[in-house]
Amino acid sequence: MNRTTVLAAAGQLGNPAINIGIFVAFVIVTLAIVIRVSRRNTNATEYFTGGHAFTGRQNGIAIAGDYLSAASFLGIAGAIAVYGYDGFLYSIGFLVAWLVALLLVAELLRNTGKFTMADVLSFRLKQKPVRLAAAISTMTVSLFYLLAQMAGAGGLVALLLDINSRFAQSIVIAIVGVLMIIYVLIGGMAGTTWVQIIKAVLLIAGAGFMTVLVLAKFGMNISEILGRAQQMVSESATQGVSSRDVLAPGAQYGTSTTSKINLLSLGIALVLGTAGLPHVLMRFYTVPTAKEARRSVVWAIGLIGAFYLFTLILGYGAAALVGPDTILKAPGGQNSAAPLLAFELGGTILLGVISAVAFATILAVVAGLTITASASFAHDVYASVLKSHQVTEDEQMRVSRITAVVLGVLAIGLGILANGQNVAFLVALAFAVAASANLPTIVYSLYWRRFNTRGALWSMYGGLISCIVLIVFSPAVSGSKTAMIPGADFQWFPLSNPGIVSIPLAFLLGIVGTVTSRDTGDPALNAEMEVRSLTGVGAEKATHH
Amino acid sequence: MTDDPAPAQPPNPPAAEYLAVQASPEFQELRRTLRRFVFPTTAFFLIWYATYVLLGAFAHDFMATKVWGNINVGLLLGLAQFLTTFLITGLYIRFANRKLDPRAAAIRAEMHWAEQ
Repeated sequence: MNRTTVLAAAGQLGNPAINIGIFVAFVIVTLAIVIRVSRRNTNATEYFTGGHAFTGRQNGIAIAGDYLSAASFLGIAGAIAVYGYDGFLYSIGFLVAWLVALLLVAELLRNTGKFTMADVLSFRLKQKPVRLAAAISTMTVSLFYLLAQMAGAGGLVALLLDINSRFAQSIVIAIVGVLMIIYVLIGGMAGTTWVQIIKAVLLIAGAGFMTVLVLAKFGMNISEILGRAQQMVSESATQGVSSRDVLAPGAQYGTSTTSKINLLSLGIALVLGTAGLPHVLMRFYTVPTAKEARRSVVWAIGLIGAFYLFTLILGYGAAALVGPDTILKAPGGQNSAAPLLAFELGGTILLGVISAVAFATILAVVAGLTITASASFAHDVYASVLKSHQVTEDEQMRVSRITAVVLGVLAIGLGILANGQNVAFLVALAFAVAASANLPTIVYSLYWRRFNTRGALWSMYGGLISCIVLIVFSPAVSGSKTAMIPGADFQWFPLSNPGIVSIPLAFLLGIVGTVTSRDTGDPALNAEMEVRSLTGVGAEKATHH
Repeated sequence: MTDDPAPAQPPNPPAAEYLAVQASPEFQELRRTLRRFVFPTTAFFLIWYATYVLLGAFAHDFMATKVWGNINVGLLLGLAQFLTTFLITGLYIRFANRKLDPRAAAIRAEMHWAEQ
């Protein structure tokens, strides 16, 4: 295809009316389902967990829906299209990470908790301080993740509706925020879960369909796709792109020792982050038993794995068929690789469908994050810390709904600031925070009997604070042209992902805090937690079928 | 060591029963079985993943070695990560269904108050 026509098309891609039409249809259908489901939201267990009544398969699909965010679809496909192999490394980290969740966390967590991650962490430790720490880190991780999704929304809209002014993009980000607040307020966990399920099916089917189209264009020959992708990159007129070897690692993270260590740091954060993501952990409470929690992870791994294999083909396919120059020049930059490829493959209609799916993806993930963060605030901070459990469940739900609104407004503001950043990169920061602040304490409290309150607090706060501080002073925030605040320069930490420092530090602080404290815990509570976590005795039951 | 009551839970057996179960040989056996599978497997996949990422970061030429057409070692190792992930998932499911579930169920059944 002639490059100039693609460029012209990129300015006015597809038909905005069709794009909006398909998206509005998605919103109407899902809202109808959410309203139907919401009739059951009569108590807190229903609102926060959907009554523990989803099956493993349903929850597994919903997990895939939660996890395959805009970062996976737009970010990874874009990174592969522009940097090649280094984008693929994201997929592998995101997938292998599920083994940590499957083997170490999912079932024991389901057996021990009720609504939130803090239920498990504070089980045998001092309730108030541990719950507060867990809630703070839950909300921080969720905010980072929200930021990434909102940034993706901005880029996508820029591309689809041909809105190039930042002000108009900001309005669209605000609309996404308002929609997500509505889903969460009305639907609670059950409604949010159904939105995730619908979205996951649409997203995976859409990506699968595009993959087949790409393969068909090259006679099912993957080697040919790779060759053509490399050729397009080598012929690129964009500065610094044509010298890249996109079939081998190193195009993005290979130029200096610092960037190589940066890749390592990213890899660690990705693989250890998943099992510490509060919105993933909370999904395990939507099923009735540990066995169903296990089944949901298996479904999730299968779907997520298949999807990442699709993005590999889509990313190289976008490089081969659309070309890095067109992608980088399009409004939305890297993030627009997948929509541009859809337009190239199937014209206006496929573009409309794929964009609506990507938009739905953002909406669904954002709703999942919001319910997690607001549940944590209502259940852990308000009910447990502030009111010492002297509140009714109705009161918890009311507080949670107010929090959802506040978070929504906050996410809109931050999303407008982060507009234009690569979403996979932003999500990687959320993973770093989750792996630093949450994972060490989760693992220790499930597997180490001696672990105590001081260890938990040192590990959680130490991991959280070190991670955030290193991000603030990293090249991601200031000191470079692509930074969040491009004008300023207060950067001194060389890596854009802090995982390699903050994660080991948090694990270490957990050990040091524990052994320096004389507190050996309550043997009866330790026994109760261990027996319950391994056998499922006394676990929360499903409330309806 | 709680300084306030835990959130309302379903009717609970007395602490003494949890301590007794925890000390019982059946429970110790369940715990040992779980850890004997989970810890080495976790160590294995983390090391295998770390090796892969290290190769990705520092051994570009090795990863770029062409094997068939444009398909190189890096791509094959990446796909091998997918394969081992699926494989470990399958092995764990088989293990958990055969070795963990029956043991956990037996312990639950002995805790007379537990299942109605």
